[in-house]
Amino acid sequence: MARLDIKGANLIKGVHFEGLRVIGNPEEYARKYYSEGADEILYMDAVASLYGRSKLPEIVAKTAHNIFIPMTVGGGIRSVDDVRDLLQAGADKVAINTAAVRSPKLISEVAKKYGSQCIVLSIEAKKQGKDHWEVYTDCGREHSNLDVLAWAKKGVDLGAGEILLTSIDMEGTRKGYDIELTKMVSDSVSIPVIASGGMGKPTDLVDVVQNGQADAVAMADILHYGRYSIAEIRKTALESNIKVRKFE
Amino acid sequence: MNKIKVAVIDYGIGNLLSVCKIFEFCGAKVSLTNKSNSIFDADRVVLPGVGAFADGMKELKARDLDSILLDLASRNTPLLGICLGMQMLLDESEEFGLTKGLGLIPGRVVPVPNVSTDGNPHKIPHIGWNELIPSESKSNWSGSVMQDIEKGETAYFVHSFMARTDNPDNRLADCNYGGIRIAATICRNNIIGCQFHPEKSGEVGLRIIKRFLN
Repeated sequence: MARLDIKGANLIKGVHFEGLRVIGNPEEYARKYYSEGADEILYMDAVASLYGRSKLPEIVAKTAHNIFIPMTVGGGIRSVDDVRDLLQAGADKVAINTAAVRSPKLISEVAKKYGSQCIVLSIEAKKQGKDHWEVYTDCGREHSNLDVLAWAKKGVDLGAGEILLTSIDMEGTRKGYDIELTKMVSDSVSIPVIASGGMGKPTDLVDVVQNGQADAVAMADILHYGRYSIAEIRKTALESNIKVRKFE
Repeated sequence: MNKIKVAVIDYGIGNLLSVCKIFEFCGAKVSLTNKSNSIFDADRVVLPGVGAFADGMKELKARDLDSILLDLASRNTPLLGICLGMQMLLDESEEFGLTKGLGLIPGRVVPVPNVSTDGNPHKIPHIGWNELIPSESKSNWSGSVMQDIEKGETAYFVHSFMARTDNPDNRLADCNYGGIRIAATICRNNIIGCQFHPEKSGEVGLRIIKRFLN
């Protein structure tokens, strides 16, 4: 799953969600990853939840044109109306973090209106001690005092269809995924968990799927900086019997 | 040459944009509609859908679309059901109690077991890319909507319930989820159903849609 973090109209990337650098035009990168055989596209607006209205629907509409794989969009979604705008622009699923923490019923409202398959609970997790992670909001900036595991379980009860689990500690480090965090959440919920944050090399994906029980894996700068191609990563995954999209 | 006319059934459920877009991309003239005249006027009809079976049937009936679709099936217009749209083609579903479907393909919709055949629990919904394989009754897909697909190519699934057809011959393709065979494509005369989303399955989906239009 190719993750593209966006600020304004640009594709950006940081480390631990900070020191954001501009990489390029998100539509071009999304199209490239589609044509190279990405399983899904994940668009996250890095600053929308700070400043309110975002340009996301416009960018989504441009990107969704002639891309026939699932597209998940998150960042700055505050209401069912925001969800409707993104779906009308061509998103298939929405990922919600900050607004869900502030108002958990938003998850059930979206699930009721558009189905659970449409709503991804985005959790940004920061390690606080042994076996304890705290939920952060606003792209890793704000505490919530929520425990990650308890919040993940509540998200399932509220009707989320998937969980996007980003490790703030590993994000942008290229040192591999937070295996303990991923395994803890994935083993405790009945819905699929997407691991995010830390992919440095193709075997990191194998590690988080086999040892972290991740059901899907998001990756960003490994692709943006061209350190590995989707084809190389897919080959490593297939050799380890991990189900990915086959692509010639 | 005139463009082939495709009616995508709009019954007030979910997000139908991507379904319309892939048919347009494949050269069709698409109308998103619940009006009987434009449905009967179409060369191909698509019943998309996500969400719960009972809600879907309720919305179809509220617009009289159930009887329109039954009438359409008898006129031999090719009809493609996608995901929930496929499930509603069957007789009934066990989702939240027993609910009657359209009955165009004999069979029942049942939950995807949440335990794999090796006894380990696995995730529900079944979400992601999975390989298409011929069903137990088929050796190949020639002459069908799956004709241009090679065994083992992948499609995108997202669902918690699955179709069980009474007649194994109505089952074209399966996928394997934790050892459980799930019906991926079903077919009876002019009625076709895909459990996966061709509109989200990249090149594989495009080939299926083009064959359906052909």
